[in-house]
Amino acid sequence: MALMQVSSPHAHGPLSTPTVMRTVLLATLPGVIALTYFFGFGTLVNIAWACLVALGCEALALKLRNRPLGFYLNDASALVTATLLGIAMPPYAPWWLILVGVAFAILIAKHLYGGLGYNPFNPAMVGYVVLLISFPIQMTAWAAPVGINANNPPGLLQALQLCFAPGSIDAMTMATPLDLLKQNNGLLLEDLWRQNPQFGRWSGIGWEWANLGFLAGGGYLLYKRIFTWHAPVAMLASLSLMAALFYDGGSSASTGSPLFHLLSGGTMLGAFFIITDPVSSAVSNRGRLIFGAAIGVLIFLIRSYGNYPDAVAFAVLIMNFAAPFIDYYTQPRTYGHGRQHEEQDS
Amino acid sequence: MRKIWDFHGGVHPAENKLQSLQCDISSAGIPPQLTFPLSQHIGAPAEPIVEVGEKVRKGQKIAEARGFISVPVHASTSGTISAIEDRLIAHASGLSAPCIVLDSDGQDEWISHQGTEDYSKLEKAELLKIIRDAGIAGMGGAGFPTAVKLAVNPDAHKIQTLIINGTECEPYITADDVLMRERAADIIAGAEILRHILNPDEVLIGVEDNKGAAAAALKGAVRNSGSSVEIVTFPTKYPSGGEKQLIEILTGKQVPSGGLPSELGIVCQNVGSVVAIYRAVVHGEPLISRITTVTGAAVAQAQNFEVLLGSPMSYLLQLAGFQPERCARLVMGGPMMGFTVADHEVPVVKTTNCLLAPTAEELPAPDPAQACIRCGLCAEACPASLLPQQLYWFARSREYEKLAAHNLFDCIECGACSYACPSHIPLVQYYRAGKAEVTQMRHDQAKSEHSRTRFEARQERLERDAAAKEAQRAARKQAAEERARQAASEGQEDADPIQAAIERAQAKKAASQASVDGEAGPKTETSQAADTEQAATTQADTAQPDAAQPDAAQLAIERARAARAESAEQSPLEKANSKLQRLQERQAKSEAKLQQSREDGAAENIIEALESALEKLAPKIAAAEQELKALQEESEG
Repeated sequence: MALMQVSSPHAHGPLSTPTVMRTVLLATLPGVIALTYFFGFGTLVNIAWACLVALGCEALALKLRNRPLGFYLNDASALVTATLLGIAMPPYAPWWLILVGVAFAILIAKHLYGGLGYNPFNPAMVGYVVLLISFPIQMTAWAAPVGINANNPPGLLQALQLCFAPGSIDAMTMATPLDLLKQNNGLLLEDLWRQNPQFGRWSGIGWEWANLGFLAGGGYLLYKRIFTWHAPVAMLASLSLMAALFYDGGSSASTGSPLFHLLSGGTMLGAFFIITDPVSSAVSNRGRLIFGAAIGVLIFLIRSYGNYPDAVAFAVLIMNFAAPFIDYYTQPRTYGHGRQHEEQDS
Repeated sequence: MRKIWDFHGGVHPAENKLQSLQCDISSAGIPPQLTFPLSQHIGAPAEPIVEVGEKVRKGQKIAEARGFISVPVHASTSGTISAIEDRLIAHASGLSAPCIVLDSDGQDEWISHQGTEDYSKLEKAELLKIIRDAGIAGMGGAGFPTAVKLAVNPDAHKIQTLIINGTECEPYITADDVLMRERAADIIAGAEILRHILNPDEVLIGVEDNKGAAAAALKGAVRNSGSSVEIVTFPTKYPSGGEKQLIEILTGKQVPSGGLPSELGIVCQNVGSVVAIYRAVVHGEPLISRITTVTGAAVAQAQNFEVLLGSPMSYLLQLAGFQPERCARLVMGGPMMGFTVADHEVPVVKTTNCLLAPTAEELPAPDPAQACIRCGLCAEACPASLLPQQLYWFARSREYEKLAAHNLFDCIECGACSYACPSHIPLVQYYRAGKAEVTQMRHDQAKSEHSRTRFEARQERLERDAAAKEAQRAARKQAAEERARQAASEGQEDADPIQAAIERAQAKKAASQASVDGEAGPKTETSQAADTEQAATTQADTAQPDAAQPDAAQLAIERARAARAESAEQSPLEKANSKLQRLQERQAKSEAKLQQSREDGAAENIIEALESALEKLAPKIAAAEQELKALQEESEG
């Protein structure tokens, strides 16, 4: 038998890209469960439909690019994009909205740039932003959480019906806590909280738990060493810091407490599932600190002073632009080279 | 407790060391045939000093070091040299190289040898010569000649720390481990010899904390011998046994990029090399055997052998119960940095610390590489703090300047990045190829730079010559003008060259008429612009003086007059026609002259001159014909 001739190393670590992707999918579970519990089956339907569309788009793109289907579909990266977009979209979004978003994410934001590993922007966030700009009404109609006004969230069948035979869901939607805070005119935060049933203990009912769920999932991923702590911690820290600076004790001009910001909207989803996307973030650990911190600041600024209620997607895309720039200036010092960056550009 | 440092990155692959630690070192015995590659070390290959058919004894030098960075090769047992030829060697390339083949006689008869128990009386240079003559090259895997490494100039770099490397961080390999366990006293004795050579402030032996027994044995040996060698243990992490990494762990210092540890006052030696030094100095034995781990699931009993250098790998594998049908690849070295050998018959050499015969399940064939997702796990694993994925992109896109700017050449090819990569990209392979390309490119650049310099020098020389010629020409021209001006100032203002020629000819005619008859005719030049064939004709004329000679000037005058009249009246077509006619006339005339010269038996040089004149006329006629034809066509068209 001829001996195999291969180059070293011969041993390989346990991680593989499909494993990484599946672990990420698994880690979304606590957050998804919380969303489903408080807002009904809408999110699950979103995810399922988005995944189907994503696989179809991925297969189409691979076929057009003459790439082997099975090998690339198997890396599960399209499922991750679809799942994250499904989570980010309002529950009970119509099927065509999801279709447009996912198709844009996979076909344009991912494959047009060269496929997995080559996309400068986070595909899920590109899809989300395209939808938010094009269909602001549908994208901001978020269902009311369970238990408010004796509201019972729709079951699975109703959720499917709302998705594939869309009717008006105005009756079951409510302004999100972030909306309320942005539109607050002259109420002390304490009064705002009292007047609106959506507010829970720290932020909105349901939102708190969904964010804690994604935080737990993120902790699991950190434990599994899927990514490093640098970007999420930097983002959460800078967001908290900004919020603390402008909190001013809960006056009518307050932009909300740090805890409110940490547990509202897509904060935790963004911190652990979006900005940790390795492809479109900075490479070195120092770079990731900068990348994450800048996103935290941008989230706060856009939330508090921008036109859109949540800001994770915009903040991430803006920093995606900056990632190569950050990489350039945060190259680690190679072993045996000067302690400073003397030889950086030699 | 001594302070230790950590180095960046590193990975924790499964150790798989227990398999080969189940029994003590056993001797592998004498194989029937041994093969000694002439290059078992870094540097120039050794040169054979034996001949085919010669009988050699164990320990006899059979190839001599050639050059400074080189070591000799010794026969590891007694027998007869049966061949000196190219054989397959243990090299990643799978190529053959010159080897000396020895058929053993089974006697294992030593050459007479003698060690020095009290080496402290020997000079440093003498000790280094002993080490070099014993053929010792770094036995950790690199194979750099040990004597060269020890020959640091104490004036340039005072050695503060001597580090003995007992780290053995590669999975599977236990050769150094068992050596430390079973021959700790030899290691300490060898370390003392090195202390004598280098005179360092401290001597450290670095051992990973997964080798408790080895560290304990070393500490026992230190106690027994009263040595001050310090045993330092540190956490197990691959690749802490890399020289640069070990230095950082033990001293916190980093070897400057492109520099040597001696610049920091540090020298590093592998424990195997230290034992070899001990045996060479104290027992006078050259390096003819080493400890090799034979392991992997395709051998029945993984173990360590003391094996004679030159033994075929197949021989060693057989001793361990090798099952060839289960073995997918045979690796020399460990699973991280070892390379696959092409054949089982390849010989064991000075750097063969391990033979790894894994099954396909144990070390599966590499998966096809998936897309890089820039996860950065490689950068976290890199002990050199490089950005492996950036290097990968640059290597793929052949951006060699960027590769070099991102410090590709600081990569130690430890394989940690490839090990960690979830997309199974063979990163190290890209870096090896990239390094080769950059090296080639630099080589080419140096070569083209050299050529450019040469070309420019040549160009400059040509220009200089041309300028000199030009200057001469200008000087001549000036002189000619000067003469012309003088002539003009003498009252001949007619600038017409034909007129001038006529006048000159008349003058000459007058002169020749004035000369005495019967004398050899004067040299005749019909025109100042005399071309070659005319010169030849003239020569012939001169050589053949005839009575009509003085009339030649008269003829020339008439010809010139006619020419002037014609050229004034004729159309281009007619001009061309008459030119052709003239040339043809000249040709006929020359031919006639040649004929005559031959008949008269004239001197050879004259005939040759006429012939060459004729040859030169032919193209002129052809050109004239062509011109005429073109003109005719023009006038017709």
